[in-house]
Amino acid sequence: MASVASKLYSDDVSLLVLLLDTNPFFWDTTSTTFSQFLSHVLAFLNAVLGLNQLNQVVVIATGYSSCDYVYDSSLTSNVSSESRGTGGIPALFGSLLEKLEDFISRDAELSQGDEHVDRIASSLLSGSLSMALCYIQRIFRTGHLHPQPRILCLQGSPDGPEQYVAVMNSIFSAQRLMVPIDSCYIGTQNSAFLQQASYITGGVHHAPKQLGGLFQFLTTIFATDLHTRGFVQLPKPVGVDFRASCFCHKKTIDMGYVCSVCLSIFCEHHKKCSTCGSVFGQSKLDGANASSSVNDRKRKAPDS
Amino acid sequence: MSDWQVKYKSSLKDRGTEGILKLREGILLFVPNDPTSDSKLKVLTPNIKSQKYTKEGSKKPAWLNLSNKQGDSHIFEFQNYQDMHACRALITKALAKCEEEQPKKPAAVLTSAEQLSIADLELRFKVLRENIELQRLHKEFVETKVLTEDEFWATRKKLLGKDSIRKSKQQVGLKSMMVSGIKPSTDGRTNRVTFNLTSEIIFQIFAEKPAVRQAFINYVPSKMTEKDFWTKYFRAEYLYSTKNTAVAAAEAAEDEELAVFLKPDEILAQEARQKIRRVDPTLDMEADQGDDYTHLMDHGIQRDGTMDVVEPQNGQFRRSLLQDLNRHAAVVLEGRNIDVDSENTRSVAEALARVKQVSKADGETTKDANQERLARMSRLAEMEDLQAPQNFPLAPLSIKDPRDYFESQQGNVVNEPRGAGTLKRNVHEAYGSLKESILEIRTKGLRDPLIKPEVAFEVFRSLTQTISTAKNIIGKNPRESFLDRLPKSTRDEVLHHWTSIQELLKHFWSSYPITTTYLHTKVGKLKDAMSNSYSQLEAMKESVQSELRHQLSLLVRPMQQALDAAFQHYDADLQRRTAKSARGSAGEANGSV
Repeated sequence: MASVASKLYSDDVSLLVLLLDTNPFFWDTTSTTFSQFLSHVLAFLNAVLGLNQLNQVVVIATGYSSCDYVYDSSLTSNVSSESRGTGGIPALFGSLLEKLEDFISRDAELSQGDEHVDRIASSLLSGSLSMALCYIQRIFRTGHLHPQPRILCLQGSPDGPEQYVAVMNSIFSAQRLMVPIDSCYIGTQNSAFLQQASYITGGVHHAPKQLGGLFQFLTTIFATDLHTRGFVQLPKPVGVDFRASCFCHKKTIDMGYVCSVCLSIFCEHHKKCSTCGSVFGQSKLDGANASSSVNDRKRKAPDS
Repeated sequence: MSDWQVKYKSSLKDRGTEGILKLREGILLFVPNDPTSDSKLKVLTPNIKSQKYTKEGSKKPAWLNLSNKQGDSHIFEFQNYQDMHACRALITKALAKCEEEQPKKPAAVLTSAEQLSIADLELRFKVLRENIELQRLHKEFVETKVLTEDEFWATRKKLLGKDSIRKSKQQVGLKSMMVSGIKPSTDGRTNRVTFNLTSEIIFQIFAEKPAVRQAFINYVPSKMTEKDFWTKYFRAEYLYSTKNTAVAAAEAAEDEELAVFLKPDEILAQEARQKIRRVDPTLDMEADQGDDYTHLMDHGIQRDGTMDVVEPQNGQFRRSLLQDLNRHAAVVLEGRNIDVDSENTRSVAEALARVKQVSKADGETTKDANQERLARMSRLAEMEDLQAPQNFPLAPLSIKDPRDYFESQQGNVVNEPRGAGTLKRNVHEAYGSLKESILEIRTKGLRDPLIKPEVAFEVFRSLTQTISTAKNIIGKNPRESFLDRLPKSTRDEVLHHWTSIQELLKHFWSSYPITTTYLHTKVGKLKDAMSNSYSQLEAMKESVQSELRHQLSLLVRPMQQALDAAFQHYDADLQRRTAKSARGSAGEANGSV
């Protein structure tokens, strides 16, 4: 969690990029409705914006077949003429909701084709992560004065192993840019991607049990800016799930074969690596290709 | 022990006074047994210049002869060779220690088989000085006699060897100054001309003038002595410098040996001609023509700076500056290709001649080489537009489609249903309900109250609990290691134990299987040291605070396990040996237990 302090105009100004999970198949199956969830999230965004005058918030919706930016607090066109400000909605978020609705309609159209595909109901996390990183990169290039960016991933859908490579690439880019990825997992199963993302980039991962108190979770844990995290204790997971998914079948595996040239992971013996094209030779042990195995590590022991 | 019972003799013939020789921090002290005798001796170790000793095999008693800077020598007769060697080793060590402060030429090289030279000891001290950890290990083991010096350094040859290899690899080049051409000193009063001759100058002369070298090999010592040879050579040099070609010609006609020095160097000319023959014919050699020895001497600056035109018949007695400089430069560039650095001129000459022979043999053109040259010449001389088109075999360019990479990742998605419900999802429904939610929130606004106080309180409580328990197990920082939380002294101790146990175990396991008594004693000593370490680890575990104790014991456990394995092996081996020797009959020769 290295802070890029020299670039700030104040220590605690932050840019929060929120990746909102709008996978309808997931929201179908939860007890909390999407509207309740949204209200928690909107209040949280308001709180973040209230912490510092210069804070910025960007919301990217992670859909089933597409992703899109739905809100950017630095744009001046946020207060649209249509927002009525009734019923307690902050006028600020009128456009957010509008754009979200449009996005969902578009996503629905895109998903028409996949009517009966038996895919795991995962959202496009890799897409939204990439979009977030692009936005952050643009912010970096505006000069020295910019807020400290971080990414918050609000995810409920399970991981899609077919996105493993893309997600890992995004995670390493974020690590390079020194942008922490916080993750709040509200689903039922464990998300290995999010755990790894937070571990590698130095962010915070938490999986709250009660969704009724989501707002409290969000403001306690995820609203702290990066400078403050130096002296605030945030919860950390006891272990990190480091399992990878194989490149050939996209299954999550514990042990497999690794290509020694490009480090791609396979679950069964191949003659040739499909990523880099290198031919595997015969090893001494019964014809398996010469490689190590990927183990399931519950905890990565830090080097002293 | 640094005290020995010796007899001190001030010279070889002296009977010797008995006394005690003590070696302390930098001082060698001899106290005679007889208090009335006055041969008490105190020698500071820096003053000791060299030490000589008698060989073990000889029938002489064990003498150690120390000579100090003032030139006196002190002879000590030891009771046995062991003492003498021990004393000598200590003195050597002390000497080496002093020498790092004042570098002087190292003392006489000790020739015993297992002794080290002063340079080696110096190297060891240097390595130890630079590496504190190693120094600590060394102190712990070698000075408590658990391991000997040799064993300690046996596995660390890399550390020692690096420096010495580095030193010896560098070759010294030749000077670019023409020492062979330095003018002699002339004494006007006595009309004497004095030339100086050192081995460096001799080497240069032999390297630059092969004719002189050849003459040396031919004439000395058969026809004349070396001194005569050099006298003649310098006479020739002198004649050159006097610009008096008539005299030179006259003397050359008289003395054939002198003539050798006065003529142009035939060997060099031949070499040059050969070299020119081998040069690629497409190269323009016009400029080179002036450099070699086949050139006519009708212009150019003479060796002494004048530019006179010389009569043709005496032309051979002149040399041009350019020729000399070029020849010298060529020799310097070739470098010092012989290793003979002896005072013996003849061997230098012969070595140089040998080298020249070898290079000449290599350079001789064989038939194949000639063919190759001709082929190369014809290739260079061809005209491009008259050539036939050449179709070289081309390797086809293979640029992969980048989409392959991305698509291959999604290509083989297995079409099998995932657990937890293979419901055929109705896309419409799902999206519909989502849209409804959004509509709802737009109309109704945010929930009020957003969150119930009890829920919020519950969240706080559980978070606090999570954080506090995690802190106890992991520590403040996910990347902080447990070692950082220990107090510094404990941490250093743990790390030191780790390295020392590794060292002990390395030596322990390498001593098995035990074949000699030396190994047996070594293993015994190692085992004692290991048990020592084990008890120290236990003590350390007790001393640490209670909350760190568990983690510390986890950390220390692999070390203890390794030690346990070693102990087990030792005990099993011991049992086996006792059983074997007990079973063995009395006639068994080597029941080494």
